[in-house]
Amino acid sequence: MKEITIEAKVDNLDRVLSFVDEQLESAGCSIGIQTQIDIAVEEVFVNIAQYAYDPNVGPATISVETSSNPLKVKLTFMDKGMPYNPLAKDDPDVTQSADERPIGGLGIYMVKNIMDDVEYEYKDGQNIFTIAKNIE
Amino acid sequence: MLNINRESNGTDLTIILEGRLDTNTSPELDTELKSVLADVKTLTFDMANLAYISSAGLRVLLSAQKVMNKQGSMTIKNVAPDVMEIFEVTGFSDILTIE
Repeated sequence: MKEITIEAKVDNLDRVLSFVDEQLESAGCSIGIQTQIDIAVEEVFVNIAQYAYDPNVGPATISVETSSNPLKVKLTFMDKGMPYNPLAKDDPDVTQSADERPIGGLGIYMVKNIMDDVEYEYKDGQNIFTIAKNIE
Repeated sequence: MLNINRESNGTDLTIILEGRLDTNTSPELDTELKSVLADVKTLTFDMANLAYISSAGLRVLLSAQKVMNKQGSMTIKNVAPDVMEIFEVTGFSDILTIE
Protein backbone atom coordinates (compact mmCIF):
# COMPACT_ATOMS: atom_id res chain seq x y z
CA MET A 1 0.00 0.00 0.00
CA LYS A 2 1.18 3.50 -0.88
CA GLU A 3 -0.19 6.72 0.51
CA ILE A 4 0.16 10.45 0.15
CA THR A 5 -0.84 13.19 2.58
CA ILE A 6 -1.40 16.50 0.93
CA GLU A 7 -3.14 19.83 1.53
CA ALA A 8 -6.70 19.39 0.31
CA LYS A 9 -6.86 22.13 -2.29
CA VAL A 10 -7.86 22.05 -5.92
CA ASP A 11 -4.38 23.21 -6.98
CA ASN A 12 -3.06 19.85 -5.74
CA LEU A 13 -5.36 17.79 -7.97
CA ASP A 14 -2.65 17.11 -10.56
CA ARG A 15 -0.25 15.87 -7.86
CA VAL A 16 -2.89 13.53 -6.50
CA LEU A 17 -3.67 12.17 -9.97
CA SER A 18 0.04 11.64 -10.74
CA PHE A 19 0.42 9.71 -7.49
CA VAL A 20 -2.63 7.55 -8.21
CA ASP A 21 -1.64 6.96 -11.86
CA GLU A 22 1.83 5.80 -10.81
CA GLN A 23 0.27 3.16 -8.55
CA LEU A 24 -2.27 2.09 -11.17
CA GLU A 25 0.40 1.81 -13.82
CA SER A 26 2.63 -0.38 -11.70
CA ALA A 27 -0.41 -2.56 -10.94
CA GLY A 28 -0.81 -3.11 -14.69
CA CYS A 29 -4.01 -1.12 -15.08
CA SER A 30 -5.04 -0.26 -18.66
CA ILE A 31 -5.09 3.40 -19.76
CA GLY A 32 -8.87 3.25 -20.24
CA ILE A 33 -9.54 2.11 -16.68
CA GLN A 34 -6.90 4.54 -15.37
CA THR A 35 -8.81 7.39 -16.98
CA GLN A 36 -12.05 6.25 -15.35
CA ILE A 37 -10.44 5.92 -11.94
CA ASP A 38 -8.82 9.36 -12.38
CA ILE A 39 -12.27 10.85 -12.90
CA ALA A 40 -13.53 9.21 -9.70
CA VAL A 41 -10.44 10.40 -7.79
CA GLU A 42 -10.92 13.94 -9.09
CA GLU A 43 -14.55 14.02 -7.96
CA VAL A 44 -13.76 12.77 -4.45
CA PHE A 45 -10.62 14.89 -3.92
CA VAL A 46 -12.23 18.08 -5.26
CA ASN A 47 -15.20 17.52 -2.94
CA ILE A 48 -12.82 17.33 0.03
CA ALA A 49 -10.86 20.36 -1.22
CA GLN A 50 -13.98 22.47 -1.63
CA TYR A 51 -16.05 21.48 1.38
CA ALA A 52 -14.26 19.51 4.12
CA TYR A 53 -12.43 22.39 5.80
CA ASP A 54 -14.32 25.30 4.28
CA PRO A 55 -13.39 28.17 4.70
CA ASN A 56 -9.99 26.86 5.85
CA VAL A 57 -7.60 24.35 4.32
CA GLY A 58 -6.53 21.04 5.87
CA PRO A 59 -4.87 17.77 4.95
CA ALA A 60 -6.20 14.77 3.07
CA THR A 61 -4.58 11.35 2.98
CA ILE A 62 -5.08 9.16 -0.06
CA SER A 63 -3.97 5.54 -0.08
CA VAL A 64 -3.89 3.11 -2.97
CA GLU A 65 -3.94 -0.62 -2.36
CA THR A 66 -3.98 -3.35 -4.97
CA SER A 67 -4.94 -6.97 -4.48
CA SER A 68 -4.93 -9.90 -6.86
CA ASN A 69 -7.34 -12.65 -7.94
CA PRO A 70 -9.15 -10.77 -9.27
CA LEU A 71 -6.88 -7.76 -9.74
CA LYS A 72 -8.51 -5.01 -7.75
CA VAL A 73 -7.58 -1.51 -6.66
CA LYS A 74 -8.86 0.15 -3.50
CA LEU A 75 -8.44 3.87 -2.84
CA THR A 76 -9.09 5.40 0.56
CA PHE A 77 -9.58 9.13 1.14
CA MET A 78 -9.27 10.44 4.68
CA ASP A 79 -9.80 13.95 5.98
CA LYS A 80 -10.39 15.51 9.39
CA GLY A 81 -12.92 18.04 8.15
CA MET A 82 -16.62 18.36 8.79
CA PRO A 83 -18.43 15.01 8.90
CA TYR A 84 -19.99 14.59 5.49
CA ASN A 85 -21.42 11.48 3.89
CA PRO A 86 -21.47 12.03 0.12
CA LEU A 87 -23.50 8.85 -0.29
CA ALA A 88 -26.41 10.22 1.73
CA LYS A 89 -27.52 12.38 -1.19
CA ASP A 90 -30.12 11.06 -3.64
CA ASP A 91 -28.90 10.25 -7.14
CA PRO A 92 -29.64 12.94 -9.73
CA ASP A 93 -32.38 12.28 -12.29
CA VAL A 94 -30.29 11.53 -15.36
CA THR A 95 -33.36 11.26 -17.61
CA GLN A 96 -34.22 14.97 -17.40
CA SER A 97 -33.84 17.24 -20.43
CA ALA A 98 -31.07 19.84 -20.62
CA ASP A 99 -33.49 22.62 -19.67
CA GLU A 100 -34.84 20.72 -16.65
CA ARG A 101 -31.48 19.66 -15.31
CA PRO A 102 -29.75 21.58 -12.56
CA ILE A 103 -26.09 22.43 -13.18
CA GLY A 104 -23.95 20.09 -11.07
CA GLY A 105 -24.66 17.25 -8.68
CA LEU A 106 -23.18 14.59 -10.94
CA GLY A 107 -19.79 14.02 -9.32
CA ILE A 108 -20.60 11.38 -6.73
CA TYR A 109 -23.06 9.73 -9.11
CA MET A 110 -20.19 9.28 -11.57
CA VAL A 111 -17.98 7.84 -8.83
CA LYS A 112 -20.68 5.29 -7.95
CA ASN A 113 -21.01 4.29 -11.60
CA ILE A 114 -17.32 4.06 -12.35
CA MET A 115 -16.32 2.13 -9.23
CA ASP A 116 -17.56 -1.30 -8.12
CA ASP A 117 -17.63 -0.57 -4.36
CA VAL A 118 -18.10 2.76 -2.64
CA GLU A 119 -18.19 3.10 1.15
CA TYR A 120 -18.23 5.91 3.66
CA GLU A 121 -17.63 5.95 7.39
CA TYR A 122 -16.89 8.57 10.01
CA LYS A 123 -14.45 7.26 12.54
CA ASP A 124 -12.09 8.83 15.10
CA GLY A 125 -12.85 12.32 13.82
CA GLN A 126 -12.18 11.39 10.21
CA ASN A 127 -14.21 11.11 7.06
CA ILE A 128 -13.13 7.84 5.45
CA PHE A 129 -14.31 7.33 1.90
CA THR A 130 -13.29 4.12 0.16
CA ILE A 131 -13.70 3.34 -3.53
CA ALA A 132 -12.69 0.09 -5.19
CA LYS A 133 -12.72 -1.36 -8.68
CA ASN A 134 -11.79 -4.60 -10.40
CA ILE A 135 -9.18 -3.67 -12.96
CA GLU A 136 -8.79 -6.91 -14.87
CA MET B 1 -3.87 20.94 -19.85
CA LEU B 2 -6.56 22.18 -22.23
CA ASN B 3 -6.19 23.87 -25.62
CA ILE B 4 -9.19 25.71 -26.96
CA ASN B 5 -9.25 26.67 -30.65
CA ARG B 6 -12.04 28.52 -32.39
CA GLU B 7 -13.19 28.48 -36.01
CA SER B 8 -15.88 30.98 -36.74
CA ASN B 9 -17.96 31.57 -39.85
CA GLY B 10 -20.71 34.18 -39.44
CA THR B 11 -23.03 32.83 -36.75
CA ASP B 12 -21.44 29.35 -36.87
CA LEU B 13 -18.80 28.62 -34.29
CA THR B 14 -16.69 25.48 -33.91
CA ILE B 15 -14.72 25.00 -30.72
CA ILE B 16 -11.91 22.47 -30.96
CA LEU B 17 -10.95 21.02 -27.60
CA GLU B 18 -7.66 19.27 -26.98
CA GLY B 19 -6.49 17.74 -23.69
CA ARG B 20 -8.49 17.50 -20.49
CA LEU B 21 -11.69 19.13 -19.33
CA ASP B 22 -11.30 18.87 -15.56
CA THR B 23 -11.73 20.94 -12.39
CA ASN B 24 -8.67 23.05 -13.20
CA THR B 25 -9.24 23.60 -16.92
CA SER B 26 -13.05 23.81 -17.21
CA PRO B 27 -13.21 27.43 -15.95
CA GLU B 28 -11.11 28.42 -19.01
CA LEU B 29 -13.75 27.01 -21.35
CA ASP B 30 -16.55 28.55 -19.31
CA THR B 31 -14.95 32.00 -19.55
CA GLU B 32 -14.27 31.55 -23.27
CA LEU B 33 -17.88 30.54 -23.97
CA LYS B 34 -19.30 33.45 -21.98
CA SER B 35 -17.30 35.87 -24.09
CA VAL B 36 -18.08 34.39 -27.54
CA LEU B 37 -21.56 32.82 -27.49
CA ALA B 38 -23.71 35.97 -27.72
CA ASP B 39 -24.36 35.96 -31.49
CA VAL B 40 -23.78 32.27 -32.20
CA LYS B 41 -26.64 30.28 -33.75
CA THR B 42 -24.82 27.02 -34.52
CA LEU B 43 -22.27 25.83 -31.99
CA THR B 44 -20.14 22.75 -32.63
CA PHE B 45 -17.60 21.15 -30.30
CA ASP B 46 -14.93 19.02 -31.92
CA MET B 47 -13.73 16.60 -29.23
CA ALA B 48 -11.46 14.38 -31.33
CA ASN B 49 -8.50 15.18 -29.08
CA LEU B 50 -10.30 15.51 -25.77
CA ALA B 51 -9.15 12.57 -23.65
CA TYR B 52 -10.83 13.25 -20.32
CA ILE B 53 -13.93 14.89 -18.88
CA SER B 54 -15.01 15.16 -15.25
CA SER B 55 -18.20 16.61 -13.75
CA ALA B 56 -16.63 20.08 -13.92
CA GLY B 57 -16.47 19.75 -17.70
CA LEU B 58 -20.02 18.39 -17.85
CA ARG B 59 -21.25 21.46 -15.97
CA VAL B 60 -19.79 23.77 -18.63
CA LEU B 61 -21.29 21.71 -21.46
CA LEU B 62 -24.72 21.69 -19.80
CA SER B 63 -24.58 25.48 -19.34
CA ALA B 64 -23.68 25.87 -23.02
CA GLN B 65 -26.51 23.52 -24.02
CA LYS B 66 -29.01 25.57 -21.98
CA VAL B 67 -27.84 28.79 -23.68
CA MET B 68 -27.94 27.25 -27.17
CA ASN B 69 -31.43 25.79 -26.61
CA LYS B 70 -32.60 29.43 -26.43
CA GLN B 71 -30.65 30.83 -29.36
CA GLY B 72 -29.83 28.04 -31.82
CA SER B 73 -28.31 24.57 -31.74
CA MET B 74 -25.32 22.75 -30.30
CA THR B 75 -23.62 19.66 -31.69
CA ILE B 76 -20.71 17.59 -30.42
CA LYS B 77 -18.62 15.58 -32.82
CA ASN B 78 -15.71 13.12 -32.79
CA VAL B 79 -16.17 12.03 -29.17
CA ALA B 80 -13.46 9.63 -27.92
CA PRO B 81 -14.60 6.36 -26.29
CA ASP B 82 -13.55 7.29 -22.71
CA VAL B 83 -15.45 10.56 -22.91
CA MET B 84 -18.44 8.85 -24.56
CA GLU B 85 -18.65 6.44 -21.65
CA ILE B 86 -18.98 9.36 -19.24
CA PHE B 87 -21.70 10.91 -21.43
CA GLU B 88 -23.58 7.61 -21.29
CA VAL B 89 -23.25 7.09 -17.53
CA THR B 90 -24.56 10.59 -16.81
CA GLY B 91 -27.38 10.59 -19.35
CA PHE B 92 -25.58 13.36 -21.27
CA SER B 93 -25.70 11.16 -24.37
CA ASP B 94 -29.47 11.78 -24.36
CA ILE B 95 -29.41 15.55 -23.86
CA LEU B 96 -26.49 16.41 -26.13
CA THR B 97 -26.59 16.09 -29.90
CA ILE B 98 -23.63 13.83 -30.61
CA GLU B 99 -22.52 13.09 -34.15
